[in-house]
Amino acid sequence: MLKVDELSVHYGGIHALQGISLEVPDGAIVSLIGANGAGKSTTLRTIVGLVKASGGAVSWNGDRITGLATKDVVARGVCLVPEGRHVFPNLTVDENLILGAYSRKDRPGIAADRDKVFALFPRLQERMRQKAGTLSGGEQQMLAVGRALMTRPRLLMMDEPSLGLAPLVVKMIFDIVKTINAEGVTVLLVEQNAKAALEIADFGYVLETGRITLSGPGKQLLADEGVRKAYLGDVKPVGAVAR
Amino acid sequence: MTLALFLQHLANALSLGSLYALIAIGYTMVYGILRLINFAHGDVFMLGAYLAFYSVATFMLPWWGALLLAVLLTAAFGVGLEWVAYRPLRDSPRISVMISAIGASFLIENVAIVLFGGRPKGVTVPDVMNVKLTLGGVSIMSVSLVIPIITFVALAVLLWVVQRTRVGMAMRAVSTDLDAARLQAIDVNRIVSFTFGTGSLLAGVGGIMWSYKYPQLNPLMGVMPGLKCFIAAVIGGIGNIPGAVLGGFLLGGIELLTIAFLPTLTGYRDAFAFVLLIVVLLVKPSGLLGGAAVEKV
Ligand SMILES: Nc1ncnc2c1ncn2[C@@H]1O[C@H](COP(=O)(O)OP(=O)(O)O)[C@@H](O)[C@H]1O
Ligand SMILES: [Mg+2]
Repeated sequence: MLKVDELSVHYGGIHALQGISLEVPDGAIVSLIGANGAGKSTTLRTIVGLVKASGGAVSWNGDRITGLATKDVVARGVCLVPEGRHVFPNLTVDENLILGAYSRKDRPGIAADRDKVFALFPRLQERMRQKAGTLSGGEQQMLAVGRALMTRPRLLMMDEPSLGLAPLVVKMIFDIVKTINAEGVTVLLVEQNAKAALEIADFGYVLETGRITLSGPGKQLLADEGVRKAYLGDVKPVGAVAR
Repeated sequence: MTLALFLQHLANALSLGSLYALIAIGYTMVYGILRLINFAHGDVFMLGAYLAFYSVATFMLPWWGALLLAVLLTAAFGVGLEWVAYRPLRDSPRISVMISAIGASFLIENVAIVLFGGRPKGVTVPDVMNVKLTLGGVSIMSVSLVIPIITFVALAVLLWVVQRTRVGMAMRAVSTDLDAARLQAIDVNRIVSFTFGTGSLLAGVGGIMWSYKYPQLNPLMGVMPGLKCFIAAVIGGIGNIPGAVLGGFLLGGIELLTIAFLPTLTGYRDAFAFVLLIVVLLVKPSGLLGGAAVEKV
């Protein structure tokens, strides 16, 4: 279980996270939604050690991981698919995947995971030898997820995986998230696409300018009046994808 | 000018270009990984030459043993330099890192003056490097032939490492996206050390070969080659390894051939690099083989 306790982050004078607390139980899908600039990315980046916390703590399965180097957090099974995908554009698809397993030594396990990723995303196998920079946005997102899976995560954190993708691809990515979760990987999902994120979530949190303002089961948040107004653009016809 | 003479100049240009290339690679590798100009790189080159000198003069090693030892020590020195002068400033503003680089350079030079003495030292060139080869009227020293060969071997090995090995893959990852590399559990510090070690190793080889070709050492001998090779790396497109090699050869070629054809310009030989730099930057600011625009430093 991931436990974030009164986490605080400053960027110079900006108090980006003002003491947020949240929990991600084992096996769950938890969604964190909020407007642009609310601090969603900061939350994930702090958990994984890319950003230093100025207060509070993060613990993973009871161990405090605040202050650890990112590589050590990742090696413990907590990984992040960053916002904007950040695949290595000048490396091939296959090289990107191999790098995902950089810290691992178990060759057979790595090969098996690579096959799993290819089974999950057949498109990646077709483009194996292609430079990642030449992939479409959707394919890059698949690669970013596949690369993360190669670290053999127990907690997969995803930062706006649907950003800039066509509705069909978004649906596919969310289906994959469910599949991965069904295989026992815990998921912490950050989205501006609140509807899709809350629909698949067991539990959700709403983040507003560095504070958690609301939390509850995904279905309950979906029904919440305030959430509907603020994040689901309530007047839109059913089926429209919220921005 | 006869053909023979031209070929002779060409051979000289090729070996000078190779030396420049060996040093320029170090600048470009470090820049590629850390976006940092290692101003002390020329001094690492100087150190390599001195270490080989003392290995022979003081420790009586055979030249090849001295070469091997000196090259390894130079690589270790480069790793230590990063550790002391750059790592503590990894998250500091770039200007602090630059000041540290310049400070490290001055420190190494002045400690070298104290330790090695300011007076130039004569190098005993190994016999194999000192053979005069005559081929159809062209006569060159064997060292001028050995240098390009070593450079090409070093370059081939380096490109193989960068393109085909895991650590090379990690280097490319770190150089394009530091945070994304961290997220793959890559030990960025280790990759940075490896990069400094490799770049310094090549500078060490360059320094020792330089001392065989121009057999005189002084503690400031790295300053001008260091500056020129930094320029060579920029000309080729900083961050790009083949670009650094191309820049090195261009610089060496233009420098020596201009002197050969227009001997009256000999006094300006150190200025050619800057002229070439200005021309290239005007025409293609990212350098000949560079991709993205070069960031201002
Ligand atoms: N590297 C940074 N330096 C300074 N301010 C930042 C940095 N990253 C984010 N911020 C600021 O912190 C706040 C939260 O940003 P972020 O976590 O990216 O929000 P979100 O992901 O919810 O859009 C914003 O006000 C943003 O401008
Ligand atoms: Mg964000």
